[in-house]
Amino acid sequence: MPSSNHPKLDIRDLRVEYYTKGQNTVALEDVNLKIADGEFVSVVGPSGCGKSTLLKIVSGLLKPARGEAKIDGESIKDVPDQVGMVFQNDALLPWKTVQDNVRLPLAVKGKSKAEQEQEVNRLLEMVGLSGFGGFYPKQLSGGMKKRVALARTFAYDPDIYLMDEPFGPLDAQTRVKIGEEFLRIWEKVGKSVLFITHDIEEAIALSDRVIVMTARPGRIKAEFKIELPRPRPFYDIRFDPQFKALQREVWLQMAEEA
Amino acid sequence: MAMEMKQAQAQARKPRLRGESSAATVWLGRIAVFVLAIGLWELLSGRAFNSFWVSKPSLIGVRLLQMIESGDLWFHASFTLQIAITGLAIGMLGGTLLGIVIAYSGVVEKWIYPYIMAIYSLPRVSLAPLFIVWFGIGMSSKVVMVVAMVIFVAFYNAYEGIRNIDKDLMDMMKTYKANWWDKLRWVVLPSITVWILTSLRLNIGMALIGAVIAELVGSNRGLGYYISYSSNMLDTTGIFTGLVSIMLIAILLEQVINIVAKRLLKYR
Repeated sequence: MPSSNHPKLDIRDLRVEYYTKGQNTVALEDVNLKIADGEFVSVVGPSGCGKSTLLKIVSGLLKPARGEAKIDGESIKDVPDQVGMVFQNDALLPWKTVQDNVRLPLAVKGKSKAEQEQEVNRLLEMVGLSGFGGFYPKQLSGGMKKRVALARTFAYDPDIYLMDEPFGPLDAQTRVKIGEEFLRIWEKVGKSVLFITHDIEEAIALSDRVIVMTARPGRIKAEFKIELPRPRPFYDIRFDPQFKALQREVWLQMAEEA
Repeated sequence: MAMEMKQAQAQARKPRLRGESSAATVWLGRIAVFVLAIGLWELLSGRAFNSFWVSKPSLIGVRLLQMIESGDLWFHASFTLQIAITGLAIGMLGGTLLGIVIAYSGVVEKWIYPYIMAIYSLPRVSLAPLFIVWFGIGMSSKVVMVVAMVIFVAFYNAYEGIRNIDKDLMDMMKTYKANWWDKLRWVVLPSITVWILTSLRLNIGMALIGAVIAELVGSNRGLGYYISYSSNMLDTTGIFTGLVSIMLIAILLEQVINIVAKRLLKYR
């Protein structure tokens, strides 16, 4: 139940361990993080610092060794209803067409065929893929696949978007374009986002808050409030002096870890 | 965006790579090999070898036509086909289901798996007499023989197929709170389709072998029976005609699978 008393996402004293080949690795330690309803939070840090692990905890795919994560004040046990994941490699079904891929969460929710079709058309138009409904993922470029993956998550319409370096595999130019479009759509949707990236500029341009994590075991090292006005121009904001200053500060924190 | 669309359209068409042969070259070559092999057989039989032992393509062709005309071919082939296809269907379904269930059975998988592989290593041909003792001389013992031949390949492919499912896709389905039926329909079955088609293709040959062996061991009908009967009569042309018929059936069934595969895997 959404409630004004609780933050949307509340992570407390989180510790996550992995057991592989008889070895115990601590991925996350003492992580405390609150995300308000509609807040966009990015997590940056060196690779292997457990950023993705954090998403797995929130999505209920992994259990913490200590501490807990709560959504709307309720402890996460199984996969919660409120989260929608955007995977780094898109996780599109190669045997389904674009429209069937976008339709998937609606079909799983048991929406009627007519409703599904209407929603799919609306979303494909929103991400600029009208006319590509009958294509298979293999026939699409990386940027277009990413648009399909985003449309599918918008179709699910979660309260919290969990995004695991979603724009990582794209080339620089496509990355800016997709980021720009995602920011434009998100500013209308206004849901909470937990965004994992290693790109500082991307993190600042998108977020309300940027979290910097330490190398393994991952702890929260620093936190920056991004008070750049919205709606933001995703690319041109980079020339703003306030942006430059933030970028430098975040980089200094990151550089100590690398 | 316009550029991306052009790229997508270009990718939709599949250009032939340089160095890849055209269909005409491939088919001409195949026909040449066929004509050469059959021609040599025809020419050498009766000259280099005694045609009593190796028969002759022309004799086999004539016999085949005679058997089609008299209805003998259909009489025997329909029996063999019935056994092979019934056994194939049961074995494929049973093996595939078993593969899926065992792959998802957790620790049970570890208990059972070595024993399945141990039974697999048995020469199943030697089980034919046992099946006759258990199920009689009729159709059922022969179908069981075919099932025993095909079930392991079906099991193994389904099992490996499940283990090779992209973990991200299953995680994705979990985050959408999909139930087991949706997971099966959207991810598991399409993922293992390639594997099932492979096992089906391998098993066509296995099913025909199983049916023919069962008929050789004890039957009064079927292509296997016809081969063993011809052998008793020292009729090599009859033996070869039986073999050619089996081969033709295998090729025909393989073509059916290819058409099905093309439809199911058109996304690739």
